[in-house]
Amino acid sequence: MKEYHYTGPVEHKFSPYAFNGGTVLAVAGEDFALVASDTRLSEGYSIHSRDSPKCYKLTDTTVIGCSGFHGDCLTLTKIIEARLKMYKHSNNKNMTSGAIAAMLSTILYGRRFFPYYVYNIIGGLDEEGRGAVYSFDPVGSYQRDTYKAGGSASAMLQPLLDNQIGFKNMENVEQVPLSLEKAVQLVKDVFISAAERDVYTGDALKICIITKEGVREEIVPLRKD
Amino acid sequence: MLNISTKTPTGGFSFENTRRNAVLEANLSEKGYSAPNARKTGTTIAGLIFKDGVILGADTRATDDMVVADKNCMKIHYISLSETFFTLPGVAADADVTTQMMSSNVELHSLSTGRPPLVAMVTRQLKQMLFRYQGHIGSSLIVGGVDVNGPQLYSIYPHGSYDKLPFLTMGSGAASAISVFEDRYKPNMELEEAKQLVRDAITAGIFCDLGSGSNVDLCVITDKTVDYLRGYDQPVQKGMRGGTYRYKPGTTAVLTKTVTPLPLDVVDESVQVMDTE
Repeated sequence: MKEYHYTGPVEHKFSPYAFNGGTVLAVAGEDFALVASDTRLSEGYSIHSRDSPKCYKLTDTTVIGCSGFHGDCLTLTKIIEARLKMYKHSNNKNMTSGAIAAMLSTILYGRRFFPYYVYNIIGGLDEEGRGAVYSFDPVGSYQRDTYKAGGSASAMLQPLLDNQIGFKNMENVEQVPLSLEKAVQLVKDVFISAAERDVYTGDALKICIITKEGVREEIVPLRKD
Repeated sequence: MLNISTKTPTGGFSFENTRRNAVLEANLSEKGYSAPNARKTGTTIAGLIFKDGVILGADTRATDDMVVADKNCMKIHYISLSETFFTLPGVAADADVTTQMMSSNVELHSLSTGRPPLVAMVTRQLKQMLFRYQGHIGSSLIVGGVDVNGPQLYSIYPHGSYDKLPFLTMGSGAASAISVFEDRYKPNMELEEAKQLVRDAITAGIFCDLGSGSNVDLCVITDKTVDYLRGYDQPVQKGMRGGTYRYKPGTTAVLTKTVTPLPLDVVDESVQVMDTE
């Protein structure tokens, strides 16, 4: 039988990270892409802000959503924007979505041993004008997806998207490609459901809709409790 | 004889189970598992004394870590039938058992003394039990009621300390709620003003605390009546979904289907006559 002993007072080290909550979602369509996030910024049991969106516009064809530790989100987006400018000045053209994704992967891996605590999802149009979604882990592993949810309610949203967009676990269903209107309605509905059960998700939803005309924004209120 | 459901130990504290728990914990972690954590409710509860009695209020969200487990749970529990005491479990499921135990103890005590029960008696029994368990029972409670000494309000913490005050809040949303009380509380308020104040305090917790949410439950206790206002206010509306998410029959794949008929034969038949005199 193991010995039982009382370990005594424990010293807690300073943690450089905090968890600020938030959920991000991106969907790629035939000729459009959506990046959506809630706008609540929290810490512990408190709310810092009800109006802190997590989508950042990078170019006319690319939007990035970042959730996790807000300090690292801000720094990371500043670094990405600086690198975009540098690329524009040296190559005289804007970075494509695929190029931004590849660059972000190297930026994140550069901090492999003190990572950015950020869950990134890039949504945009590729060179052929088709929708593209790239999802990342905190140290830079990435892949191109059709749809991806990240952040605090990702485990609640991803299975629903697998079913509604990926037609998983269903038979005898006509697999129509997703239209822009249906995609926007689906995104609104999944966030309404996520706000019911995830305490970190709520207040408002911001959807960035990327088409060849540019980036359009829509804001929808969510539960505030 | 007054029989409390748990045997009161003869002396000192009873920690019989701590060795067993340590062994269990060690065995589990050897295999790579961890013992289940108690679910905390994360809550806003509040109580205040007004002109004619006591009002208790609570939110209705129960959380499992940071996921909402119950959107409309009841946190105001009923203690005594003959007099009117209600306690509000603050932060744990221990509260259910605690209130059930107290309910029976109060009845037995008042039968034993031949007097209607007192709020102070409930408080003392609760704090003695919680102290005996040295904080391992994680419930914080607010006890409110009206007895021969008038309206009274007590708060009790998991380690067994208590406070007697004209207004109180507890739970993760206590800070939000107490700020509303500190701003607008006055002694001897009228009923409607007092109900509005408690409602506003709980609403502050619902919006400003992530552990609290959904609806406001109130309980108004006077020397004559008890009004349990479940769902007194619903400050948050559930969002309406636009799409339809129904599935046609045949959507779920049936992989295999086996039908096994069960032929039943009557083996034995007996009749037993009931005595219905």
